[in-house]
Amino acid sequence: MNDADDRGVPDIDRIPEGPAAPDRIGTGERMGDPATVPDPAEVEVPDDFREEIERLMALYPDRRSATIPALHAAQARYGWCSPEALRQVAAVMQVTPSYLSSVASFYDQLNEQPVGRRHVFVCTGVACHVVHAKRVYDAIAEEARVTGLEDTEVREFECLGACDMAPIASVDGRYIGPLDPSDAPEIVASIREGRTPLPGRGLEDSDYRLPWGGRA
Amino acid sequence: MEPDELLHELEESGLRGRGGAGFAMGKKASFLPKGSMDKYLCCNADESEPGAFKDRLLLQRNPHQLVEGILIGAAAAGANRAFIYIRGEYELQAEILDRAIREAYDKGYVGERILGSEHSISLVLHRGAGAYICGEETALPDSLEGKRGNPRLKPPFPANAGLYQGPTLINNVETLCNVPAIIENGAEWFKSVGTEKSTGTKIVSVSGNVRRPGNYEIELGMPSRDIVYGLAGGPPEGRRVKCWFPGGSSAPVLVEKDLDLSYDFETMAEAGSMLGSGSIIVVDDSQSIVSLALRLAEFYRHESCGKCTPCREGTNWTVKMLERVESGEATPADLDVMADVQTNIIGNCLCVLGDSMAMPVGSMIEKFRDEFEEHIEQARRRNGGLPLAAHGGRADEAVGSTAA
Repeated sequence: MNDADDRGVPDIDRIPEGPAAPDRIGTGERMGDPATVPDPAEVEVPDDFREEIERLMALYPDRRSATIPALHAAQARYGWCSPEALRQVAAVMQVTPSYLSSVASFYDQLNEQPVGRRHVFVCTGVACHVVHAKRVYDAIAEEARVTGLEDTEVREFECLGACDMAPIASVDGRYIGPLDPSDAPEIVASIREGRTPLPGRGLEDSDYRLPWGGRA
Repeated sequence: MEPDELLHELEESGLRGRGGAGFAMGKKASFLPKGSMDKYLCCNADESEPGAFKDRLLLQRNPHQLVEGILIGAAAAGANRAFIYIRGEYELQAEILDRAIREAYDKGYVGERILGSEHSISLVLHRGAGAYICGEETALPDSLEGKRGNPRLKPPFPANAGLYQGPTLINNVETLCNVPAIIENGAEWFKSVGTEKSTGTKIVSVSGNVRRPGNYEIELGMPSRDIVYGLAGGPPEGRRVKCWFPGGSSAPVLVEKDLDLSYDFETMAEAGSMLGSGSIIVVDDSQSIVSLALRLAEFYRHESCGKCTPCREGTNWTVKMLERVESGEATPADLDVMADVQTNIIGNCLCVLGDSMAMPVGSMIEKFRDEFEEHIEQARRRNGGLPLAAHGGRADEAVGSTAA
């Protein structure tokens, strides 16, 4: 039976135990077992890792702001956002691992699967696309495949913000370009041998110049 | 100078936001409520618009100018906590900026009671992790709060309820880098260059099929042709400009003859496009408009946060339809459907990410429809399909023969 309140708005019957029953919203009860915050006493976290996350949390008015920096730190340490890495971060930050997972799954640079410790991001954004970045990516991916390059993530990446150097790639964060498909063997070989790929052609190299002579 | 005077000078200068929207910076700062609560300034260094790389240069070459701009901007707006949200891919730039911030702290320009004054401010560098949407003005606070970067419903605007639901001023790197010079030389000095409504200089990133890609500082109101041909050298030998994006990949494309237009906020808007972040991508006549549209749509599909249906589904369907155009499974009637999808995205989402695909893709279909149709026809023939005319000449009757 519907009663109307004093503003004439009918009071709608609710199913008391329904999924959207007001007293259940936000309690974590709606989807089966509630997610739990790991007990710090039960999770072993290396001291320096704990200190790093605590230092990050202290930078912000709200500790959760340190989520992305902490996940970056976890990834730098463990190579990827593994369930164990998330558990450790969650224990220090006092949040649920699933919350961290919800964040990690949103961002391109955070991986919830092991992908290799070295990263080759080939930009195939629109500005690189018109100077045939796909050929560069195909050449690097093919070279990595036939030579059996291990522990390395080679992927196409959306605009890296260096369209003046197009076509470009970021190798472990170092921007190199402009690239040609013929650079692929040298890039792959230098990653395998632990050398810096294409010295002098990286944005951070002091003598770096664009092919027409300008600075980037 | 007192905060009121700073604010007045910034408003007077007519400095417009350099991130894309072109909103007056002084006015935006004046929207923050007065009072002694925590107020925030976020410097948006999440530059991820395809074609834009001006902020990267500023961060890399002159980080102190940005730090100074942030301090002045924060003083004008009464903010006591400042953050720089830098995109995760900019590792080198983050390192450089981090060093500059530490130097500023060591000198006492940032921190508690700056240089013995009553004013205190903290400045934190925050690295993102690869999401285009986090450069959006309401997704940025969410991301900085440690969440997925989903845009929020506006209003309330960040000036009233932004970061941590507090009053927040969000400005682009280039905007803030203009601030120290305006305060030092005065609003009149700044206004002496540019047009009446687009004051000052602007860094333009020119890329794509040009001989001298790079960042160029220009006076707003300069003829576009002088930028593309004069500064950037125009397309390679023997090539012509087919189309160009005047404001990054989100801007509707313009064609060769539009190069005669003056490069400023108003003229670009009147021409049906936008100046945006001031990133010109030049596309020459060797490029296929279909594969360009497809690449563009794939980007926005990938970067859509998935919160609003028109954007999430619209970007996905646009990619699928363009793939059919590319492979020759489409008919010209599909172009009408695709154009219709674009109009259904525009204005129907919390943020403009969907619009950012819909506007350029819509403009390409409108301006290069012949090429789309020719591409479909040729691809069909390559696949051994009958020309559309064999179905009685009506494009839509051929739909039955296409793959669903």
